[in-house]
Amino acid sequence: MIPPGGDALSDMVLRTVNLTKRYGTRLAVNGLNLEVRRGDVFGFLGPNGAGKSTAIRMILRLVFPTDGDVELFGRSLHREGHRVLDRVGAIVEKPAFYGHLSAYRNLEILGGLRRRVPRPRILEGLERVGLLDRADDRVKTFSHGMNQRLGLALALLSEPELIILDEPTTGLDPQGVKDVRDLIRELARERGMTVFLSSHLLHEVEMTATRMAVIHQGLLRVEGAVRELLGGGEAVVTVRIDRPEEAARHIEDRGGYPSPERRDDGFTLKMDLRRVPDLNRDLVQAGFQVEALIPERSLETYFLNLVGD
Amino acid sequence: MGRLVWFEAIKTFTKLRTYIGFLAFGVLVPLVVAGLRMGGQRAFERNLLAPLEQDFIIGGNVLNGWFFGFFFLGALWVHVPIVLTLVAGDQIAGEGNAGTFRFLLTRAVSRNRIITAKFLVTLLYTALMVLFIGILTLGLSLAVFGGGDLLVVKRGIVVLPEAALPVHFLMAWGLAILSMFVVSALCFLFSAFTDNSIGPIVATMAVIIISLIIITLPFELFQAIRPWLFVNYFDTWQKVFADPVPWDEIARNVWILLGFTALFFSVTLAWFNRKDILS
Repeated sequence: MIPPGGDALSDMVLRTVNLTKRYGTRLAVNGLNLEVRRGDVFGFLGPNGAGKSTAIRMILRLVFPTDGDVELFGRSLHREGHRVLDRVGAIVEKPAFYGHLSAYRNLEILGGLRRRVPRPRILEGLERVGLLDRADDRVKTFSHGMNQRLGLALALLSEPELIILDEPTTGLDPQGVKDVRDLIRELARERGMTVFLSSHLLHEVEMTATRMAVIHQGLLRVEGAVRELLGGGEAVVTVRIDRPEEAARHIEDRGGYPSPERRDDGFTLKMDLRRVPDLNRDLVQAGFQVEALIPERSLETYFLNLVGD
Repeated sequence: MGRLVWFEAIKTFTKLRTYIGFLAFGVLVPLVVAGLRMGGQRAFERNLLAPLEQDFIIGGNVLNGWFFGFFFLGALWVHVPIVLTLVAGDQIAGEGNAGTFRFLLTRAVSRNRIITAKFLVTLLYTALMVLFIGILTLGLSLAVFGGGDLLVVKRGIVVLPEAALPVHFLMAWGLAILSMFVVSALCFLFSAFTDNSIGPIVATMAVIIISLIIITLPFELFQAIRPWLFVNYFDTWQKVFADPVPWDEIARNVWILLGFTALFFSVTLAWFNRKDILS
């Protein structure tokens, strides 16, 4: 049970208590219990259709839970309603704006619903995401990447303590993806914001998050520190090396490793991540020049390990 | 609340679709006035004045600007809902369709306040549209056909002196605005049910057309339903041109029209406050 009033100094920024959403006979989210603490960059992982967006929509009061509650900064969303969203900034799915209005006007309207946002702050927000020179342009002329950046500017406009980003890099070009990741890290480290980040990309969470939870078919599968959860397990390791065919043969002859699969500039091995240092040592000792060992773990692989299927 | 209304006004009045109605009537009314001037007036002389002149001696400029201002108001009140629904139907559904609720409703502002602000702007648009049509039709008619007393033929003949007519027209426009508020409120309600603004437009017009058919047909069953249909009170504005003016009936109808508006708005609030935003 969530206590009334809440605690402004509470370490707990977001907590979901048995959060459940049922559409007819389908359980979209099934008794979700999450805890996000101050300063976390919290990765919320799950494949498409796992219930991530429904959970986020319930956290932001866009969708009403069938059962359970959300606690933001110690205050119950069910009991206190929209008021508890005061310290939260969010982008849910694809950012959508009033296309016939300018970027500036969109931020003024959507950012100023509760209290007026001064013009310099809006311009500063646009500058932060590199859209200052497009401030007066109609948003309908913006690309998806620009909309995404405008969404970030809006989410950050009120200097929130918790920022919720639902698949923030979807549809962005590589530079855009890097910019968003850098921004997330900056928000957490330099501004002390708590970031709740949903994604279906494991490596994205791995690169940015400190803690994570995995949801699958509406159920929470695992929650904990990223380092602990992703420290082991199987992954596909790409080996970039000189004389790749010879090196692959060496690995096969040596035994103790799975069969390598040849690629243009090396080979790949599906192996336990804890054995990557051994692989490196074996190759170097055999006289090969190892350029890189790149572990790539898909969410699917991770899930299969997790659910033991 | 003032800022929310202002923001909603910006969103509404910077959209092209808001001006479709103004443009349509801005073109249509001058065309009809020109048509009346270039021969159409004679049809009125033939069909309206000729039968009257068999029993009365009619002098002066009867087919004047006031007469055509009155005629336009009577002819257009069935068509005005179409343009009103273009805006009212888009107020909530449009946000759902565009996905902007995902930002709008994740701010720390209550849904009640957001919907109320939208509703107030819808009413403002409705009032402006009715006033625009009223002023345009009367202004053009007076400019083209000149002034004079107003001859009203409806269950008898009433002649209203020109000096009293501005007040009568102002009251008529006010009552027409109240009637159209009900249309906009109904369309606004339908707009809360869907994320597609075509649905509310079609649904509202369907309700109006079916209701008009019901109140027109002289079946006993329909007569019983009649008082419960808001279109039954649409012509309240015409009552200010009666002599004597039935103030009690007008006052009752005003409360009924306001009641329908409040009812539709209340249902909108109740529905939207529990609505899951899935778009």
